[in-house]
Amino acid sequence: MTTTDPASQTGYRDHPPRMGFFTDTSVCIGCKACEVACKEWNAVPEDGIALTGMSYDNTVGLGADTWRHVAFIEQRKPIAQQDAGLHHDTDVLAMAADEPSTDFRWLMSSDVCKHCTEAACLDVCPTGSLFRTEFGTVVVQEDICNGCGYCIPACPYGVIDQREGDGRAWKCTLCYDRLGQGQEPACAKACPTDSIQFGPLDELRERAQHRVEQLQDAGVSDARLYGESPEDGVGGDGAFFLLLDEPEVYGLPPDPKVTTRDLPAMWRHVGTAAVTLVGGALAAFAATAFGRRK
Amino acid sequence: MSGQDVRPGREALTGVATGRKRRRKRGEQPMVPDAEFTSYYGKPIINGPVWHSPDIPGYLFLGGLAGASSLLGAGAQATGRTTLALTAKTGAFGAISLSLVALVHDLGRPGRFLNMLRVFKVTSPMSVGSWLLSAYGPLAGAAAASAVTGKLPRIGAAATAGAAALGPAVAAYTAALITDTAVPAWHDGYREMPYVFVGSGASAAGGLGLLLAPEREAAPARNLALFGSALEVSALKLMEHRLGMVAEPYHSGKGGKYLRAAEILSAAGVAGAVLGRGWVRRLSGAALIAASAATRWGIFHAGKDSADDPKYTVVPQRQRVTAAAEGSTSE
Repeated sequence: MTTTDPASQTGYRDHPPRMGFFTDTSVCIGCKACEVACKEWNAVPEDGIALTGMSYDNTVGLGADTWRHVAFIEQRKPIAQQDAGLHHDTDVLAMAADEPSTDFRWLMSSDVCKHCTEAACLDVCPTGSLFRTEFGTVVVQEDICNGCGYCIPACPYGVIDQREGDGRAWKCTLCYDRLGQGQEPACAKACPTDSIQFGPLDELRERAQHRVEQLQDAGVSDARLYGESPEDGVGGDGAFFLLLDEPEVYGLPPDPKVTTRDLPAMWRHVGTAAVTLVGGALAAFAATAFGRRK
Repeated sequence: MSGQDVRPGREALTGVATGRKRRRKRGEQPMVPDAEFTSYYGKPIINGPVWHSPDIPGYLFLGGLAGASSLLGAGAQATGRTTLALTAKTGAFGAISLSLVALVHDLGRPGRFLNMLRVFKVTSPMSVGSWLLSAYGPLAGAAAASAVTGKLPRIGAAATAGAAALGPAVAAYTAALITDTAVPAWHDGYREMPYVFVGSGASAAGGLGLLLAPEREAAPARNLALFGSALEVSALKLMEHRLGMVAEPYHSGKGGKYLRAAEILSAAGVAGAVLGRGWVRRLSGAALIAASAATRWGIFHAGKDSADDPKYTVVPQRQRVTAAAEGSTSE
């Protein structure tokens, strides 16, 4: 159940290691280069250039035409002093420990498809359009998708969505085309601070563990990993995060669970209900025979 | 992504924008006080169903009506109630045909509906349902055709039996279809939803029999309708009780209105079915059909509402995390 090698489980032999993202939000500067690079590389159509007025976030959330989304959160919570005069030789972590805190901080985080180990979208897809790649990622085949929309409410993270005027479901492919050529995904390539790190998932998990310990030691007690554990409700994410607050602050579910884990129980109840219906119908006729005899 | 109604205007304050906007004014007030929770500017966490009304609630309703009608039709044929058998079989075929039209119409790419039969996946209730319908539809059609024309009675009887065998599955599987999602008001109700759905289907099928069959043949339809209504109402009550705060959308908003209407129609239909004869009986049959439809529309909209409000995703999950943390510290 808690395999971290979904490609093998799918039936690939001699496949490359599972690839993924580690998005370290503690170094995200909110530049949205990932959003732009993703749109450009994948030729994702424009989907409205309105200003939301709620923050610097005018993308709002992941969807059919937004495969990377940078969240902006303004909080009255202390972090290290925000100082525009930083130099490259300044030890930011030491500052975090020593400098007096202010009571205001920015959180920025680039969200993306999680490429779950147990992917609900893939499980419920009735056409086989969604499939598991040899890299362990989850990709939609657009020439198969018939736009039934089942994957959309199945996703516990609100990632995949239906494209207006197109009807099919779209989401991040983890740049499947680039991976095949040995290149890293467009968003990771464009990220100027390495907030988005791409690589074999095992390596990323190690690196993330080291990073979160580093931050904790520096006094950033809010730092935590999200989606890295194979023990979680989706068997671990192929794209996981380092967050500085509770997941729901970033618009992420605090304890997501793949819906298909409950499917065996659902089928059992469906079976019992169907038998109940047969029993009810039999009783409906039996009662009339009984009534007539009287 | 669009971002309407998120403009705090010149009253905007930093650091307080993560609270949920309150907009509940009219309608029933929640019985449970609003739980404390955090969200990203009140934005939904999951992407809600893109399914449309009337297509999908109509499909849920018609599938239940068809499946249970096939049972009623087979029973009526076996007990020599030919008019009831005829109405139930034609009703079943008419309902399943309409529901297939609704299903295909709701696809983003209707021309690719045959892709549904490209694979068989037991992990996808929609895949299982597609195969089920492609077996059930022709059987219901053959049963109806034979009943109407009086031709090929032996094939008609076999098709009637086949449709009756698959009918209960057709009526019940749609519960797995909607509960196998991350939509809180649907998923969390997966234990009771199949019973709500078969009850609703039985009530509609019985209602159709009451509406169209002559009095001397109406008794089994009446019994089935009463059984169905009782099952539908009690399973729904049980589900709402167990869901706690996640059941709120079943009481408020569009879903709440439909479900209130369903209750009233159901009560009127049951009373008319028990007491009435003649046109009162026929009218009560229509009321029961309408009640079944209103239940499906109510559940459909309640699910959509529960997906749109991050509260229903965050609060139960947060409680789960807290409970797990408390469990691990006490060990």
